[in-house]
Amino acid sequence: MTDSNNVVWLGAPSFPDAAREALADTQLRTNLRKATGTIRDKRLAVTAELDDWEQLRTAGKALKRRTLRHLDHHLVRLEEAVTKAGGQVHWAADAAEANRIVTALVKATGQTEVVKVKSMVTQEIALNEALAEEGVSAYETDLAELIVQLGDDRPSHILVPAIHRNRAEIRDIFRREMGKWGRPAPEGLTDRPRDLAEAARLHLREKFLRAKVAVSGANFAAADTGTVGVVESEGNGRMCLTLPETLITVMGIEKVLPSFEDLEVFLQLLPRSSTGERMNPYTSMWTGTTEGDGPQDFHLVLLDNGRTATLKDTVGRQALACIRCSACLNVCPVYERTGGHAYGSVYPGPIGAVLTPQLVGVEHAESLPFASTLCGACYDACPVKINIPEVLVHLRAEVVEAKRAKGRVPTPEALVMKAAASVLSSPVKLSAVQRLAHPAARLVSRRGTIGNLPGPLGRWTRTRDTAVPPKESLRAWWRRTRGGREGSK
Amino acid sequence: MRIALFITCFNDTMFPDTGKAVVSLLERLGHTVEFPQAQACCGQMHFNTGYRPETLPMVRRFADVFAQGEYDAVVAPSGSCVGMVRDYHRVVAEQYGDSALVEQVEAVTPKVYELSELLVDVLGVTDVGAHFPHRVTYHPTCHSLRMLRVGDRPLQLLRAVSGIDLVELPAADSCCGFGGTFALKNADTSNAMLADKMRAVLDTRADVLTAGDNSCLMHIGGGLNRLRTGVGTRHLAEILASTEGTTGP
Repeated sequence: MTDSNNVVWLGAPSFPDAAREALADTQLRTNLRKATGTIRDKRLAVTAELDDWEQLRTAGKALKRRTLRHLDHHLVRLEEAVTKAGGQVHWAADAAEANRIVTALVKATGQTEVVKVKSMVTQEIALNEALAEEGVSAYETDLAELIVQLGDDRPSHILVPAIHRNRAEIRDIFRREMGKWGRPAPEGLTDRPRDLAEAARLHLREKFLRAKVAVSGANFAAADTGTVGVVESEGNGRMCLTLPETLITVMGIEKVLPSFEDLEVFLQLLPRSSTGERMNPYTSMWTGTTEGDGPQDFHLVLLDNGRTATLKDTVGRQALACIRCSACLNVCPVYERTGGHAYGSVYPGPIGAVLTPQLVGVEHAESLPFASTLCGACYDACPVKINIPEVLVHLRAEVVEAKRAKGRVPTPEALVMKAAASVLSSPVKLSAVQRLAHPAARLVSRRGTIGNLPGPLGRWTRTRDTAVPPKESLRAWWRRTRGGREGSK
Repeated sequence: MRIALFITCFNDTMFPDTGKAVVSLLERLGHTVEFPQAQACCGQMHFNTGYRPETLPMVRRFADVFAQGEYDAVVAPSGSCVGMVRDYHRVVAEQYGDSALVEQVEAVTPKVYELSELLVDVLGVTDVGAHFPHRVTYHPTCHSLRMLRVGDRPLQLLRAVSGIDLVELPAADSCCGFGGTFALKNADTSNAMLADKMRAVLDTRADVLTAGDNSCLMHIGGGLNRLRTGVGTRHLAEILASTEGTTGP
């Protein structure tokens, strides 16, 4: 891990180790199954309503991929349009530079607190922590993000950061922590959703009315008009985007769209894929500044942080088409069991498994491309048709190559793979191994099945029996019963 | 038709009965089955685990072997291996091979079918004259379902089997958690997924779980066996090859 890149949490264990801990938490598994199941069903219902859903996905994919191929051009156009509309554009090569820019902008206002719109990119650069170091308090205003912040926790889902928490846990967090950050939770707070929402509303309103500076991310930015947009469900984002005097938006460079008209496609794809709604309740868009209306200072920070490096990879770059809907998380059987924390990354789930290793370099997240069964459910769900399984196997090859380049001594896995490749590409060697397999397996079997094996195979036999390979392989059977035919090679 | 059987290294070694079933089924339907002895493996394990250069000899051998005979089609009783051939042999050939290999792969690949595809699409048959008087549930393996899009072809074939009591598997399209080396690298997550799949199978009260891939069946069946559930596993080919008087569940 480098200091300038915070996508991966420092000291995070590898996926299998983190997953083991998550799997032992039965409350977590129940919460996850319920939440992902509900969103999954809702998404299927609302996408089925549109006759042109598949065409929309194709259009979204084409728009994103074409834009990525000419990203430099569109970004320059965006800068011009934003500047013309009265905004200021800043370029940040990495997380450290972005944090320096935002911190300086906040300090220039003389303020020591900011309200925040839920944003993945500010999580990515760990902006809240960077601001805190400079004496600026950053208050999350998205309900789920607030729960995570008050709980001194990490988000575990792109869209529903507190997906791993249930109502009772949230009530306890509110009761315990709200007072330390501002207005305390009402006396005798229950775990009824209505009461919890009201407690959050009262707590947040105090901050909205006081704040002079807001920080947001961006879902999209149109290069032709310089319009930046955020979609959300609660309206808390809109409070931040309209009430304060200064608005600072941090945006990954891949979020640019060529034109305002392109929003037509994405504003249909995003809500249906993410929350399973036909339309998100709040779509806020702003173009520079407008005198006497809304923030009078607007800053757009364009963040690279590993994105141009990702762009160089013609297979891997498709991950940059992601619109952060989280549909892939909700359908992923691995995510459903482990939750987001196991990925040790700001971006969890299937998209995290392909995006994170590219943003930070595969050697810093080498267990993530393997955190998938390649079942393909994510590819089917993705509204912009990112072929996540294809990128996963592509990155697995990069992990293996990186290890090969580094290690003078091959790993045990590499030795096994080398030996297996030699057998599996030769019918003669394969036949020989098949002849040995049966008597060898008989040695460790009881009543025709294999119970517990030593070594790495023990991970398999801990919960499953394995059949003993039969005496005669198919090829041996064929030779014996139909010998001669096709036996010449 | 002259049909070449690609048995896949795993079926060949661990589940030869599946291959015998494919042979007897296709011969019963009046076709000629050849078994090119020089065949080995599709290379999926190496490719999916990240060992791409090691995959090349397997891709080359596959293309050589199946380009040689005058076959109308190549069939494999594994959606997963057919998915590897169809989606990734070209990738390996382009990255590590030469243009001759790429051409060869492109020529061979369109002839390669998973069993249910061959039966329904190429041979145009859904009733193969099978008899299997047992309560059966079908698990659509991920690669058959999403790489190959076999859709309900296996179910069309199963519905036409006489005597069968075919019951729907709840959450059928959820992955069983096998995933090749995933089951070893992420053993705990794999086990959690297996547990849910087994619960779904037991809920159907089926005697037999079937699928188009023995790898998934070995994983689920291994778990069902460890728990002494009494539920057996049977590859789709074996059910379709069964006739009156042949084997029980």
